[in-house]
Amino acid sequence: MNTLYFVAQQTMFFAIPLLIVALGGMFSERSGVVNIALEGIMVIGAFASISFISFFGDKMSGQMLLILAILVAGLIGAVFALLHAFASINLKADQTISGTALNMFAPAFCIFVARMIQGVQQVQFKDTFHIAKVPFLGDIPVLGPILFQNCYITTYIGIAIAIIAGIVINHTKYGLRLRACGEYPQAADSVGINVYKIRYSAVIISGILGGIGGLVFVVPTSTNFNATVAGYGFLAMAVLIFGQWRTKRIFFAAFFFGIMKTFAAAYSGIPFLKTLPISNEVYKMIPYIVTLIVLSFFSKSSQAPKASGVPYDKGTR
Amino acid sequence: MKSRFKLNILRSSWGISLISAIAAILIGLLFGFIILLISNAKEAVPGFIAILQGGFADGAKGVGDVLYNAIPIILTGLSVGFAFKTGLFNIGSSGQFTMGAFAAIFIGIKWTFLPGHLHWIVALIGALAAGALWGLLPGILKAFYNVHEVISSIMMNYIGMYMVNMLIVDHIHDKIKNQSLPVAKTAILPKAGLDKLFETNNLNIGILIAILAVIVIFIILQKTTFGYELKACGLSPTASKYAGINAKRNIILSMVIAGALSGLGGGLLYLAGSGKYLQVVDILAPQGFNGISVALLGMSHPIGILFAGLFIAHLTVGGVNIQLYSFVPEVIDIIIAVIIYCGAFALLFKSIITKFHKRVTKEEAGK
Repeated sequence: MNTLYFVAQQTMFFAIPLLIVALGGMFSERSGVVNIALEGIMVIGAFASISFISFFGDKMSGQMLLILAILVAGLIGAVFALLHAFASINLKADQTISGTALNMFAPAFCIFVARMIQGVQQVQFKDTFHIAKVPFLGDIPVLGPILFQNCYITTYIGIAIAIIAGIVINHTKYGLRLRACGEYPQAADSVGINVYKIRYSAVIISGILGGIGGLVFVVPTSTNFNATVAGYGFLAMAVLIFGQWRTKRIFFAAFFFGIMKTFAAAYSGIPFLKTLPISNEVYKMIPYIVTLIVLSFFSKSSQAPKASGVPYDKGTR
Repeated sequence: MKSRFKLNILRSSWGISLISAIAAILIGLLFGFIILLISNAKEAVPGFIAILQGGFADGAKGVGDVLYNAIPIILTGLSVGFAFKTGLFNIGSSGQFTMGAFAAIFIGIKWTFLPGHLHWIVALIGALAAGALWGLLPGILKAFYNVHEVISSIMMNYIGMYMVNMLIVDHIHDKIKNQSLPVAKTAILPKAGLDKLFETNNLNIGILIAILAVIVIFIILQKTTFGYELKACGLSPTASKYAGINAKRNIILSMVIAGALSGLGGGLLYLAGSGKYLQVVDILAPQGFNGISVALLGMSHPIGILFAGLFIAHLTVGGVNIQLYSFVPEVIDIIIAVIIYCGAFALLFKSIITKFHKRVTKEEAGK
């Protein structure tokens, strides 16, 4: 039973960053702007917030610091995403190009600034946010150990973001207009929706969520940040496409991937799996192979937003 | 006389693209210079000059190093650029590169029964085949199952990385250094006197092979029906289907060729005998992602990619040199990123230049 709880707790650390960033990608793509720069946004958001934590770490600590860091991550991520928004929306540039440029820029910039400020490129921080057990809820028989022990508040923030994102995009006026801009912006424009403004806001949202995702990726799993998020931004894009651009499916896709990755990382802690003669590398490959297999079954009916990736030109029909 | 010359350049579309590319490069370099100034104003000017000089700072050896650095990224750039032309985003260049490298090294170590002049040729063919195989799967998945080639390529990157790590450890492992074993002497690419010409030990005929690849891809894209069909599929899939072009076959062939190019790049880098060994680490080959930069900077045109690869290699060697002035080589990545970002403004430059062109033509006509 303990291994089940262990697996569940670890899964949270892998799945929640994927979930948050994929939801950010969802907002951007469903409004029509392909956001390949999620990796770069994660790196910049993580760098800004981890530097914030390490800078203020001796003055305050605990959850308050983490919440402030999340705000910093979201803010910096949004500012960085503005670069992508400007190039894709105002200048009607190829969104792949500007996204790739930002992905290259982010780690190089973080290493440069880190070296300039503190001499080394690794940013250390003290982990004062780990919650061993939530006082009351941690004692619930099954859910307690899974959700409320050995955790971080980032898990709950991530789930809250998922719920709010689902409500916003499916049940609000703004969400409906956003989806319209991604499917057929000319029609949306004809009823008076400002396509540019909506796309800008969607890319900013993806920036905020991307930045928060970067922080949420680093905090539970290590005590330093080394200018990389190990390709999680691209994995989040995969989760987005896997989840067919819908909130609920993205949620399941993120956790599916998280569980697979957890097995790959933690199988040595599971007695049964340890005895099997399967090498470590095979376990690491499994999440990706399984994703490929599942995708080949489910992509025939892929419902990408129709106007995704196409700069909006008022002149076309 | 001068105004007529300007108008002729501006009339051609490649002229405008060239001007926008140069403008992007200038802005990128300027941004880099400003960053150098901000971080260490004293050393900024010599540092910037080091970047501009690139390989020329070390004379013939420097130029040789630039060519050596350019080889893998020209090929990955061709790979990504070729796929772009056919409407596909080959983000899987890293995985194909690594698979090609592994195949070349494996053949180089194990197949010593081959005579000297055949060994490296067979190793390179192996690299081509491995890369092609790694591009085949995303191609099939896209053509027949409509799987987005971006995700399938990303998955293949990671699967390839882990698989190669596993295979190295199982078959050709140097346990002390945690990397692949050295390749047999007969498998190392011949130098053909190039190393004496450029006074560097690293250069070999790989650069000639890379240039050959550029020419071959250029011929395929510009001079064959197949290339024309591929470009048509890239520009408008529905129109090409209406014209009877077999989209599925083209998607698969395109990914196979792109994969083969990246694989060849991997083979060329690791058979150079320059002390580079395949490391057993969980890091994706950066040459794959540099290939995306090269392809974008070269506007996906083979000749453009050749020069873009040389240019980025030039900057990279300059980046190594600025460490003398205690700058981090990551400044080069920043400069390249800004250049590419400004490359996205090509459309903007085109409209500005066209407006300027119209104004000048009106004045000329009015005279």
